[in-house]
Amino acid sequence: MWLWFHKLGSPPSFYPFAGRLAVILAVPGVLLLLHGLYGALLSAPADYQQGEGYRIIFVHVPAAWLSLFVYSAMAVAAVIALIWRMKVAEVFIVDAAWLGAGFTAVALATGMLWGKPMWGTYWVWDARLTSELILLFLYLGVLALDQALHDERQAARACSLLALVGAINVPIVHYSVEWWNTLHQGPTVSKFDSPSMDSRMLWPLLEMALASTLLFGTVVLVRMRASLLWRERHSRWVRQMLEI
Amino acid sequence: MQEFLDMGGYARYVWPSYGLFLLMLLGSWGTAIHRGRQIRRKIAQYDTMQDS
Repeated sequence: MWLWFHKLGSPPSFYPFAGRLAVILAVPGVLLLLHGLYGALLSAPADYQQGEGYRIIFVHVPAAWLSLFVYSAMAVAAVIALIWRMKVAEVFIVDAAWLGAGFTAVALATGMLWGKPMWGTYWVWDARLTSELILLFLYLGVLALDQALHDERQAARACSLLALVGAINVPIVHYSVEWWNTLHQGPTVSKFDSPSMDSRMLWPLLEMALASTLLFGTVVLVRMRASLLWRERHSRWVRQMLEI
Repeated sequence: MQEFLDMGGYARYVWPSYGLFLLMLLGSWGTAIHRGRQIRRKIAQYDTMQDS
């Protein structure tokens, strides 16, 4: 296990592995997404209170889930990058931040589009919405730091530190609906013992969340391969691989 | 079909949400592949310049 961990931490070993894994994740990701979209838009019944408008949750919840999942993964990678200085972990932080920022922005935008017909307003400064907005700023902060510092190793270290410190916001976002009195509804899906959703709605939602996670995995691996090539452009393995 | 597209009167909220979500997925996929090609090209050009 330890040997495997160290082997994958080396760019020449990680590069082909990431290529194969990206394909393995992409195929079920696309199939699940198509099936999930069918369930979300066609087979799930309308909600008895929110009518057809509730169908926004099938894209809002996966985007919000990924916004938290990606940042948590970045924090784990930050620990690895700070302790072992693995280039693969350093590259993951920045490449995942691009996607995490995108998912957070989509979660906020779809939440606003759901909020207007249901709450009568696009935005309220309640704990969940505000902490999610802070999460978006943290992602943008990591990306800005990476662009601002010229030295790649120094930039990676600064990004790792911000990713690690910013992780404090993840439980705040998650538990904000329990800790504070918010307009945002409480947990519905995460109560696995008794989810307060009909199974015809729950399954497409879980499919969409899983599909989004698999597709995130695919895209981040493709991005990481490109980033590793650039960072290692002077090394022999890149030249051999590109047959220069 | 018209009923489906109308989404019970919520069409102007539901369809943009799905559009944004799918655009994010497809866009990130497309840009990742494009960036990979661009970097390979840049490395090849960089090496050609060094050789000459």
